[in-house]
Amino acid sequence: MNTPISWLKAYVPDLNVPVEQFVDDITLSGSHVESYEKKDKNLEKIVVGKIEKIERHPDADKLIVCQVNIGEEAPIQIVTGAPNVKEGDLVPTVLDGGKVAGGHDGGPLPENGIKIKKGKLRGVESFGMMCAIEELGSSRDLYPEAPEDGVYVFPADSGVKPGDDAIEALGLHDAVVEYEITSNRVDCFSMIGMAREAAATYGLPFHPPVVPDTVKGGDVLNYASVEVEATDLCPRYCARVVKNLKIGPSPKWMRERLAAQGIRSINNLVDITNYVMEEYGQPMHAFDLDTVAGHKIVVKRAKDGDKFVTLDGQERTLDSGVLMICDGEKEIGIAGIMGGENSMVTDSISTLLFEAACFDGTNIRLASKRIGLRTDASSKFEKGLDPNLALEAINRACQLVEELGCGEVVEGVIDIYPNPVEPWQLPFEPEKMNRLLGMNVPEDLMLEYFSRLGLTYEKESNQLTIPTYRQDLHCMADLAEEVARLYGYDKLPSTLPCGEATVGKKSFEMLVEDIVRDVCENNGFSGGMTYSFESPKVYDKLLIPEDSELRKAIVIANPLGEDFSIMRTISLNGMITSLATNYNRRNKDARLYEIGNIYLPKALPLTELPEERKMLTLGMYGEGDFFTMKGVVEELFQKLGLYQAFTYNPKGGYPFLHPGRQAAIEKDGKVIGYIGQLHPEVVENYDMKGEAYIAVIDLPMLASMASFDRKYEGIAKFPASTRDLSMVMDKSIFVGQIEAIIKKHGGKLLESYNLFDVYEGEQVGAGKKSVAYSMTFRAKDRNLEANEVNAITDKIVEALKKLGVELRG
Amino acid sequence: MKEKLQAIKEEAIAKIEAAKDLDALNEIKVNMLGKKGELTQVLKGMKDVAPEDRPKVGQMVNDTRFAIEEKLEAVKKDIAKKLREEKMKKEVIDVTLPGTMHMKGHRHPNQIALEELERVFIGMGYEIVEGPEVEYDHYNFELLNIPANHPAKDEQDTFYITKDILLRTQTSPVQARVMETGRMPIRILAPGRVFRSDEVDATHSPSFHQVEGLVVDKNITFADLKGTLEQFAHEFFGPETKIKLRPHHFPFTEPSAEVDVSCFKCGGKGCRMCKGSGWIEILGCGMVHPKVLKDCGIDPEEYSGFAFGIGLERVALLKYEIDDMRLLYENDMRFLKQF
Repeated sequence: MNTPISWLKAYVPDLNVPVEQFVDDITLSGSHVESYEKKDKNLEKIVVGKIEKIERHPDADKLIVCQVNIGEEAPIQIVTGAPNVKEGDLVPTVLDGGKVAGGHDGGPLPENGIKIKKGKLRGVESFGMMCAIEELGSSRDLYPEAPEDGVYVFPADSGVKPGDDAIEALGLHDAVVEYEITSNRVDCFSMIGMAREAAATYGLPFHPPVVPDTVKGGDVLNYASVEVEATDLCPRYCARVVKNLKIGPSPKWMRERLAAQGIRSINNLVDITNYVMEEYGQPMHAFDLDTVAGHKIVVKRAKDGDKFVTLDGQERTLDSGVLMICDGEKEIGIAGIMGGENSMVTDSISTLLFEAACFDGTNIRLASKRIGLRTDASSKFEKGLDPNLALEAINRACQLVEELGCGEVVEGVIDIYPNPVEPWQLPFEPEKMNRLLGMNVPEDLMLEYFSRLGLTYEKESNQLTIPTYRQDLHCMADLAEEVARLYGYDKLPSTLPCGEATVGKKSFEMLVEDIVRDVCENNGFSGGMTYSFESPKVYDKLLIPEDSELRKAIVIANPLGEDFSIMRTISLNGMITSLATNYNRRNKDARLYEIGNIYLPKALPLTELPEERKMLTLGMYGEGDFFTMKGVVEELFQKLGLYQAFTYNPKGGYPFLHPGRQAAIEKDGKVIGYIGQLHPEVVENYDMKGEAYIAVIDLPMLASMASFDRKYEGIAKFPASTRDLSMVMDKSIFVGQIEAIIKKHGGKLLESYNLFDVYEGEQVGAGKKSVAYSMTFRAKDRNLEANEVNAITDKIVEALKKLGVELRG
Repeated sequence: MKEKLQAIKEEAIAKIEAAKDLDALNEIKVNMLGKKGELTQVLKGMKDVAPEDRPKVGQMVNDTRFAIEEKLEAVKKDIAKKLREEKMKKEVIDVTLPGTMHMKGHRHPNQIALEELERVFIGMGYEIVEGPEVEYDHYNFELLNIPANHPAKDEQDTFYITKDILLRTQTSPVQARVMETGRMPIRILAPGRVFRSDEVDATHSPSFHQVEGLVVDKNITFADLKGTLEQFAHEFFGPETKIKLRPHHFPFTEPSAEVDVSCFKCGGKGCRMCKGSGWIEILGCGMVHPKVLKDCGIDPEEYSGFAFGIGLERVALLKYEIDDMRLLYENDMRFLKQF
């Protein structure tokens, strides 16, 4: 929403604050100013000059030398190339040291304008410049009397004299303010609404237009009739008739105001409908009554598949949700959106029918979306207008018709308004409002604010009557906001909530996450963030089989595109994509982790919310290998009190991982995650080369196992005895199997075991490897006897032999 | 005897003083005080001393022994000191060489900002809670006073899964979920991922994060909201920070406000960051709408509350002067390493 300050002043004559102040004040009272533009920003030292004498330039055919009277004793000399001036013309003249807004070509305006200095043109001195309208930052659209090429010449009837402020004379000492109006304040999408706000902000008198009323029915019924079939979509329809039309240009004041709103002047009739739309926020439409069959208007729904050509010459396809304005035979306009080509107003019009109606906002919004046509009118209607606006607006339009002398208004109005909206009442509750606000606004001040906003108060009943244009006021809290904003949010005291104390805290799961982050970062992994939605093609890239459960993903009905169309059921794609981004940007190493949800539907299509599981995903390439990654995971488990609790099962069968370098991470048969090298084909699918490693851990499961409880066990008082085992075995045997045996047979006395050597090479033979463990035994309450330890070791060795392990030396 | 002891002592001290290293000292110690040492020999000769003189002589021998030991210890210390110093001279390193650091990971800037926020509000007694990202229309809109066909539903450009299930467009549904439990008083902070159908560009992302705050209790006022946010701004942006509340509209709060903080870069004088205004918009807030309280089963006559919502990315981008939101989701190591 934009308003020129000058237009607001038409209703608030005492509004005399500088625009810089105004934008701050009106923002604080609730109408947020997005920007403002002073039209005279770069217009300095520009006066009305009268050309007294014109001579040819001695050395240039296209230049002339003018003596210009600028209201001082002596005229000044100005050299110009303007082809349109003659002696006696009054022109805007910028003096030496002044400024204009732009060039005469009407191109984009430079930020700081253009400085004008005296100088010589082809040897002849020039002390200023006569200005084209474009140089004043304006255009011929706003000043149609300006020449296509040449300087602006004031019309004979403009009443200006040499030395006058030319900018004032052109009405350019103005500013246009742009507001961000919130959707609840439909009334503020109009000049009158904004003027009311401005007046309320400063407590100034507010003078909306005084519009003469007319009778309901009357002579107009001899000219036209209206029938509303779809009363649900059209709560009100007003129509008036104007005859003996005289189409012509509208007056300058109206053209200027429309121009400030970015609306081009067409003719007096079109301009009046546009003017009333800006003034009241009520769109209007004008039909050529002679083209309306049977002089009858019918408001009804379209039929599915109907075609209709709108004013802009486009054919539109309609459906039964679209409300149409029809005449006795055919459709003549899409209600609230755009009129039809077949009833368009032309210069030959002699009788017209004005329409000011109220249409259902939601229906207009949805219909305009379906048709793919959003207009100034539809964007106003879709906010849901006050039906009581229609009558006043149509009467205002007729008032302007008479004032501008562009036709004879027929007495009376056709007003179809079966269920009039009446003003409603709310109790005046000053204590409650102050209690909600934490303020102490005096009662009479509150009432003063309400009166500024057009609410009336009846003392006997203690009721406030809410005008229907304030559709947003329905409860005490709404009224409290009115009080607070006019009193000033800046005067609100700062207090802190009192009452029962509460404990600030994070959940156990969140504390686990904090530790996860610390461990990842301590190991060189940086926190990443990836999208929750992805492409269904991801499953192919990850080599996930067609029948996999993972492919049962939630599909977004209206995604931004296929690439963002399903909710991830596996967290790898974002991570691998990020690794690939780093790889392709030639970052030598990358280590990333992410904590984020996967979304597992219980049934498809969704009938209830899916299970959201937070996953920790680690990814890396460059320095480090499988065991670097495993080290991080093990450190994490250790930090969470889960030391040596997990087993690494190489038979997880994850299709996206290297078949010989992967493990499911398990505890008590439950899989909590997996770790491994990415399958080379997956690496290739993501446009990478080389080895990359990932690990994924289910955080809710991890948190359910984690514990921060620690109990001191005492420091061993009795000596330990150690035994080393040196073995040779097939490569296919995993040390995990050996450790399982050591653990199983080591019993209580086994304090720890430690792998200290793994070797593969010629010395142990092809397909073989040597492995060496050191085991530490200790009793808490005594010195261990050698034979006790030997017995345990023997058991271990025996079990190892069954596995096919050979003991060495 | 006395003379002999004196001679031994003098000889020993002279030898000790002449000693060059610890080995030499050790040799002297053995020769003088060892089993076959001179002083020991003297003691062995005690049997020839008259019994009445023995204590006196014994005392003299001990004194001599003590003097030699003392001297030995002192010189040993000196030599050790000298050796240490020589060694250290050889051990001089170039301390201006770079330090060795092990590979360190970095926290995501969003996460850093979130943790700071959480710290501030936990300190004020807020519990951190989370809610589902895939959410019912009922919680995301209906309970928040955004009925079917409300334009806000369009404006927010919601991703729908089914008619009733959607990707939450805000963290506000967590408010409704917490209020519904009926446990009073409420002081929560609900951070989380939200989704809106915006194409990716420098200032938009279809997925971003909000942090929602909610307080419901008896006698909670709009002034309490202002005080709370002021406290937050001081903690988060610095003690000099000022806040400004501007009237605004949200369907689920009344009165509502948008909040600006004085620019933390220029202190309010006006700079590029605040586009010359001296203020930066950071959040939306308001008093929980009585209809929302009622629909969530809380009596608005007895309880009141306030809520606020902060765009986490917005705060992170401002705080770290990041000029393109896409950087937050690309995970380029060169970006992440800067935090």
